[in-house]
Amino acid sequence: MSALRFGYVAAPLLGALWMVTLAVTVAVAMSFATGEAFRPAMLWSLVWGAIGGAAFLAIRPRRAASALVAVAVVVFIAAGVGPVVVGPDVPALSRGICGLILGIGFAASTFRIMEDLSPGALTRHEFEGAVIRFLTGFGYIFFTAIVLIPFYVMVMTSLKNQSELVMNPLDFSIDLSKGWDLFRSYEELFRDFNFGTYMVNSALISVLTVIITLLFAVPGAYAVARLRFRGRAAFSRSILLIYMVPMIVLALPIYIAFSMTGLRNTFFGIVLIYPVTTIPVALYMLQGYFRGLPSEVEEAGLMDGLTRLAVIWKITLPLSLPALASVSLYVFMIAWNEFLLAFMLLDDPSKFTLTRGIASLNSSEIPRQHLMAGSVVATVPIMVIFLGLERFMTKGLTAGSVKG
Amino acid sequence: MTEITPPKGTGPLARREARLAWGLLLPTITAVSLVVILPLLAIFWISVKPVTLADLRPPEVTMREDLRGNPEVAGDEATLRYRLRNSSQAQPILGVGFTDTLPEGLVIGELPETCVIEAGVLTCEFGDWDPGARETIEIPVIVEQSYFDAGLGPRDDPAVVRGDASNVLTNATFTFENFARIFDGREFWSVLWVTLFYTVFGTIGALVFGLFAALLLNKSFRGQGILRGLYLFPYVAPVIAVAFAWILLFDPFSGSANALLIQMGVTDEAINFFGERPLALITVTVFEIWRYFPLSFLFILARMQSIDNDMYEAADMDGASPFQQFWYLSMPQLLGILSVLFLLRFIWTFNKFDDIFLLTGGNAGTRTLTVNVYEQAFALSNLGAGAAVAVVIFACLLTFSIFFLKFISREEGL
Repeated sequence: MSALRFGYVAAPLLGALWMVTLAVTVAVAMSFATGEAFRPAMLWSLVWGAIGGAAFLAIRPRRAASALVAVAVVVFIAAGVGPVVVGPDVPALSRGICGLILGIGFAASTFRIMEDLSPGALTRHEFEGAVIRFLTGFGYIFFTAIVLIPFYVMVMTSLKNQSELVMNPLDFSIDLSKGWDLFRSYEELFRDFNFGTYMVNSALISVLTVIITLLFAVPGAYAVARLRFRGRAAFSRSILLIYMVPMIVLALPIYIAFSMTGLRNTFFGIVLIYPVTTIPVALYMLQGYFRGLPSEVEEAGLMDGLTRLAVIWKITLPLSLPALASVSLYVFMIAWNEFLLAFMLLDDPSKFTLTRGIASLNSSEIPRQHLMAGSVVATVPIMVIFLGLERFMTKGLTAGSVKG
Repeated sequence: MTEITPPKGTGPLARREARLAWGLLLPTITAVSLVVILPLLAIFWISVKPVTLADLRPPEVTMREDLRGNPEVAGDEATLRYRLRNSSQAQPILGVGFTDTLPEGLVIGELPETCVIEAGVLTCEFGDWDPGARETIEIPVIVEQSYFDAGLGPRDDPAVVRGDASNVLTNATFTFENFARIFDGREFWSVLWVTLFYTVFGTIGALVFGLFAALLLNKSFRGQGILRGLYLFPYVAPVIAVAFAWILLFDPFSGSANALLIQMGVTDEAINFFGERPLALITVTVFEIWRYFPLSFLFILARMQSIDNDMYEAADMDGASPFQQFWYLSMPQLLGILSVLFLLRFIWTFNKFDDIFLLTGGNAGTRTLTVNVYEQAFALSNLGAGAAVAVVIFACLLTFSIFFLKFISREEGL
């Protein structure tokens, strides 16, 4: 390790690794955006990255080094010996854009990474600071890429048609001249496959689930959090245990019972089951929050002559609105995304939820842009709700279990 | 003078409080025991029963009745016919019979031996029936004018059919064949091995990636909120949507990932990520990590943000380098949440069904215990064997849970 702690070793090394990261990123991004042939050249990336890293140490002022490196990358890519190799039939424009992005991106970010590196021996702080900055940059790119790519593929596939997809699976460029025709698979989904109904069903079932869950969980959570009774500790533990019973184990007897009582294929049956799967987790989250509320306020209410139930209604609930919001959001998400029970218990297309509807699209006769369009339809509402209320969501999820 | 002693036992106030608590908990307890405890007991029952999917529709007597001979005016002769059949080719039905209120205006001729009429109600008894048995009853009748006036045919008032079929779910036939079957052969061990691989690596992977992502976002900068929201996407999106997106992305014939790999020269021919033996298991494990790193990331980040900053400042003054600060200050603080998360995620990954079911359907060496429940119960339509696998899962889970409870009560002070 200590051999690395010299500016003239660390800078080229980090530069080379960073160039490889960026070259792969730019090549993948350009391929996905244009469908043309971009390929990272590993060896050239290492070489140019090392030279670029060294240049930041050698050349003063650093801004000059930065500009020089940026120009060099553009020129080398145009010449075909750069960190990214471009196919022969790629238009000059894409080639230029690729060079510019990589050049400016590398120059600007390496400028930051190498901030306090100097050619000679480095202190631990300087060296580790540079490594951490490199890792941070790598982490942002890595996580953003792995999260975005599947969703990007999902959305873009839904806007294309089967033959285009088979011809060049990398070509996600969108032909804007088609206008509204781009959304044809969505139109067909709602017209021919009843996705409007599925969406209404899903929304209805999810909202009902949230309401029923709260009706059960709020009093239960209050009792566990505030009231003293024998078996309280055992109870609050067993709540979590219930949540650990796998759904498939329960789904089997439920399927049998529902088949024999005729509850299969009914909304009633689904609304009966969904809340029970969410009550334990809602109860656990809420009781964590209730415990954090000052009990003095409630005691004051009791002294002033309110009954316990009135205290819950008039004092505890208004105080815990944020927690209620996050629990509702979480329960809504579980119900909206639920797949297994809907898949096993619903056979009648007029009663499908969205997830069950998508599962029914998974056949070789239905083109896959419909499958992806269905996935987008199911994903977008929950994403919109989630992004709007993200603050509640993150707080709520961690509220019950994390203590500061 | 009486001595004053502290009250013994529970006073009336405490009792009232406990009563209220149980009252508030009662709805939850009822619902949960109906939908969780009862099915769990049912699983044990079913696992020792030779029950298949077909047994869900118990054998019954099917019956058709009609009036033959097309009577048109009063005085015509006709035949009242009942055709009965045992719907099952495998099981007998005991005590078969039916009663039917006859329509008005039919003069009944000769009755078969098995039937009697009392006050316009026809009752027939056939005794016990073999599998697939049939019976036809024909009764000659003379139609009167009032029959036409009423305008009611024999079908307007359907007959009530009786018959006791033994239901395999409730009778006293037991078998251990289900367990013998699932423990039989190498298949069980391969399923167990796949489950363990998936669970262990899925859990550890999700934790490591979650920790890395949390470290990235544990500082405030512009756009931190957006990135945090973005990194939660895999967890928030419906599993079916992202699973199909992955299947498309990694499709061997027209998937973008393969096209990309070929173009970059990593591989010469398309890789079948979800169809080849060791690779499919690795891919589904990677999917599991991808989908659940956000959850661990969220919990770890919340814990990180609650660590006091002074400590790091003090360490900085003492000359601790960033890596030393992470290893000697952050890690010990995070160890608690990491181990809780490990146990939780371990159990949840062990329980996971949807992901593998959607990605590979349990083929290509990715069949875990939970997928095996579905496979046995629905693909092979042997509900008993499926329940037996579920019992095995439950036993594993119970072991984990005991361990978990011991641990979490220490960790959380519950």
